[in-house]
Amino acid sequence: MPLFYTFNFYLFGIIAIASALAFVTRKSPVAAALWLVNTMFSLAALYVMLDAHFIGVIQVLVYAGAIMVVFLFVVMLLNLGQGSATTTDIRAWRGRLAAGAVGVVLVAQLLTMLRVRLPEPGPDAAPPVNAITGVADSLFTENLVAFELTSVLLLAAIVGAVVLARRTAPDGADEPGADA
Amino acid sequence: MITESLFFSAILFAIGAIGVLTRRNAIIIFMCVELMLNAVNLSFVALSKLHGVAGQTFVIFVMTVAAAEAAVGLAIIIAVFRHFKSVDLRNINLLKG
Repeated sequence: MPLFYTFNFYLFGIIAIASALAFVTRKSPVAAALWLVNTMFSLAALYVMLDAHFIGVIQVLVYAGAIMVVFLFVVMLLNLGQGSATTTDIRAWRGRLAAGAVGVVLVAQLLTMLRVRLPEPGPDAAPPVNAITGVADSLFTENLVAFELTSVLLLAAIVGAVVLARRTAPDGADEPGADA
Repeated sequence: MITESLFFSAILFAIGAIGVLTRRNAIIIFMCVELMLNAVNLSFVALSKLHGVAGQTFVIFVMTVAAAEAAVGLAIIIAVFRHFKSVDLRNINLLKG
């Protein structure tokens, strides 16, 4: 493995973790969302270095580009950007205790995992020349039914989001089109 | 590279879980869930280097479900905000009895 490659791999991994730490500690939701975007960009770089070029592109387009924009849009729609509303955002001792316990358990799992040295792919496992072909073959042959079902899921999500976010009349009347 | 990727993935997942447990803002909790999904995606991609391309296919499905979940979840948050005028979880305790 070239030194340049290894250095960049660790660099982006550390950037991802540092951004995630900054993300959970920010008070302002807007600042938190922007740190999370930084994490997702670093993850996209890691995907590319792991020979998953298509996943890296999708990560930037869908996660950093679409999902986080929706999050920021909702933050600004609800006018939550001020720090005053979130100064007591961190929970009291009970939440911190639970979080500390979960963190300890997860790190313990991590340490046991590190004792198992996974086999690295041999030199014969060369990266595919055309990175999309493998994913497309898998997606459109053996996973075709699941792929088509995804469209139904997305349609249901769109309809559900519109119905949930629709403003109903103040007196509780729930007739479609009664109130825009 | 695979072991290091799993290491990063576990750390990111732990950070996301801690965020879910320590924050009160519903939108930030939601973003923490997205971070946990991303951590799992990193595991999938790393192990797909070892076990073939099926992991990458699964990542695409995870991303689709995450997008759908974000749309519906944010719509629920908007509806809750209209009712309670807040997204602070301390104020949203109707099921507490």
